[in-house]
Amino acid sequence: MKVSFPRMGYSYIALKWLVEHLGHDYIVPPEPSKKTLDLGVKHSPEFACIPFKILTGTYLEVAEEGVEVIVTSGGMGPCRAGYYWVMHQYLLDELNTGIKMVGLEPPRCDLIDFYKKLNWLRKTGGISLNAMLNVLKVTWEKLKVLDDIEMLSHQVRPYEKKRGETTRVLWKALEMIDEANTLQEIKDANNEGIKAINNIEKDTSRRPLKIGIIGEIYVVLEPAANHYIQIMLGEMGVETDRSIYLSGYTRNATIVNLEGDIYERAKPYMNEAPIGGHGVNSIAETVIYAENGYDGVIQLAPFACIPEIVAKGILPQVSKDKDIPVLTLFIDEQTGKTGVQTRLEAFVDLLEKRRETRNKIERLAI
Amino acid sequence: MAKIGIPRTLAYFNYYPFWKIFFDELGHEVVLSTPTTKGILDDGVKVAVNDACIPIKVYHGHVVELANKVDYLFCPRLVSLRKFGDFGTETFCPKFLGLPEMIRYGIENVPEIIDVRVNLGSAKKQIDKVCYEVGQILGNLPNQILQASKKASVIQKKYEELLHQEFLPEQALDKVFTNKKKAKKIDKKDKFEPELKIAVVGYPYAIYDNYINVGLLNILKNENVKILTQDMVNDSDMNKQIRTLPKSMFWYYSNRVIYGTLHFIHRGDIDGIIHVTAFACGPDSMVDRLLEIEARKRSSIPYMSVMIDEHSAEAGVRTRVEAFLDMIRYRRDKN
Ligand code: SF4
Repeated sequence: MKVSFPRMGYSYIALKWLVEHLGHDYIVPPEPSKKTLDLGVKHSPEFACIPFKILTGTYLEVAEEGVEVIVTSGGMGPCRAGYYWVMHQYLLDELNTGIKMVGLEPPRCDLIDFYKKLNWLRKTGGISLNAMLNVLKVTWEKLKVLDDIEMLSHQVRPYEKKRGETTRVLWKALEMIDEANTLQEIKDANNEGIKAINNIEKDTSRRPLKIGIIGEIYVVLEPAANHYIQIMLGEMGVETDRSIYLSGYTRNATIVNLEGDIYERAKPYMNEAPIGGHGVNSIAETVIYAENGYDGVIQLAPFACIPEIVAKGILPQVSKDKDIPVLTLFIDEQTGKTGVQTRLEAFVDLLEKRRETRNKIERLAI
Repeated sequence: MAKIGIPRTLAYFNYYPFWKIFFDELGHEVVLSTPTTKGILDDGVKVAVNDACIPIKVYHGHVVELANKVDYLFCPRLVSLRKFGDFGTETFCPKFLGLPEMIRYGIENVPEIIDVRVNLGSAKKQIDKVCYEVGQILGNLPNQILQASKKASVIQKKYEELLHQEFLPEQALDKVFTNKKKAKKIDKKDKFEPELKIAVVGYPYAIYDNYINVGLLNILKNENVKILTQDMVNDSDMNKQIRTLPKSMFWYYSNRVIYGTLHFIHRGDIDGIIHVTAFACGPDSMVDRLLEIEARKRSSIPYMSVMIDEHSAEAGVRTRVEAFLDMIRYRRDKN
């Protein structure tokens, strides 16, 4: 079968490996582009949020390549994302694409459903149960090192002497991970990638600002949806840390629920959890970034994303109490790259001024 | 004795009789905000997060109106009202879940908020616990509270039965809270031979609020239409529709709209469906498309959706509704 999946950041490198080794043909969805968005906007309900529209566009693009099955994640709400696959099935049927959506419900919510669907993929791919377990292990490892490498790149980029160097080296590292087929090979590729990134020529006299990136998972994870915000900031000389990584997300949200702590941190501001998506996380993470000496926080969210709107209503209080500026960027199909860039520059300016005055006051105090 | 403010919006249309009686019985005074007006909406728009949906903005407006008049604001955190749906985790829209906080941090000088958590998902008995917590905040005694909640439940049940007998909330409230004679009058006024039966579905705070729906219900009544809403469908009829979809949504009100509509589609005596959706409502973007597709797949009943926002005008809605009704009449006469 020809199988595809949603694209989120660099995870496709691990997912295509997964599909291939389950015994199917994979189609890597193209990076979301203007064409993707146009297609998505045309065929989605007008008020669907931007991740939904981009995914609609993506699915229609892979449909042109003859995809038969699309595997995606489900969810138990209360965010609407958990219903996407059902809605997409309706839309794909309406357009007679013949595509079957397989929505994997998180095992924590519906273990039987999860197992049934996974097993169906295995059987139709013609591999044994044992082989599948091994394939899953390798995929998981790939996901983890992809995240690790990316994380490192965001720390190094603000120091790079030659603009764009980090991104270039990052891509080389990603290619190596792409080619790895065993746990050992993945480990080697990872080590080599880390070394290469660390070896980039750096200007260590710089004192980069530190910004935490929080918000809704899709627009945080897919650079094409957020206009490569982390790379943009990195090249402006800002170090970023983002609260969500796919491997981290899955580790927390699906297999065991380790989020208890995060909710605890949000409690003084939000006495209810979860409220869907990453709403409560956004509040807690702002607290955490503030307490860890970050200079500012950027909240990324699709326009009309309910949980993030709730968070946005509460964040001004957190920002005041914890003395940390928060910039909210709501993204829709009209959001352009230049607009984002201008707002980022203004925000970075503001943070720099704050730091200067703070330094002055400290000097005066001495 | 305390003065307790209840905003006349959101869950008001579902639970007002219960809480009105409950607080009355405990010797407190319920202060209800006025029906939504332009002023209320404007106030709400001013204080609420600007990306919020219109119903949430309206709620903020009602709170502003009540703020200086009451000792307490009754703003329970509605989490879940029953077990329902795929995972048994059906909850309210996230905006309901975070409502007490949005109010607390969004509006200056709000009175003390009674924000008890209402999660009846697991057991019916939970309601006693909720009542107990509310009563305690107000300094009432346990057996007093128990009595009050019993009485409130009786009235609430009566109210819901009236809805199931196809009275609109406005009439049902009148009937519950006025004497028998007046109630008879309502009955008489209500006996008419409708020309058409239209299902008007959507969130209670959108369809029953005459300001928000820009007079939709009145337009229909004047056209001699019998209005049916999802709140007139009983639970068991609704639940029968669950199996007919691949997966339930996660939101209480959305599921009620969906399953109520599916019930109407199969009922056989409905001439048209009007779905009232709220601008910038997250769940609605999916509900609307799903209903449209299902209505087309399962029947030939005409379907129309009306979106309401801060600027919708009566004239626009009237024209569209009249055209919709004309189309239905035309089709009927042709057959
Ligand atoms: S369900 Fe929609 S209209 Fe209702 S509160 Fe949530 S977002 Fe607003």
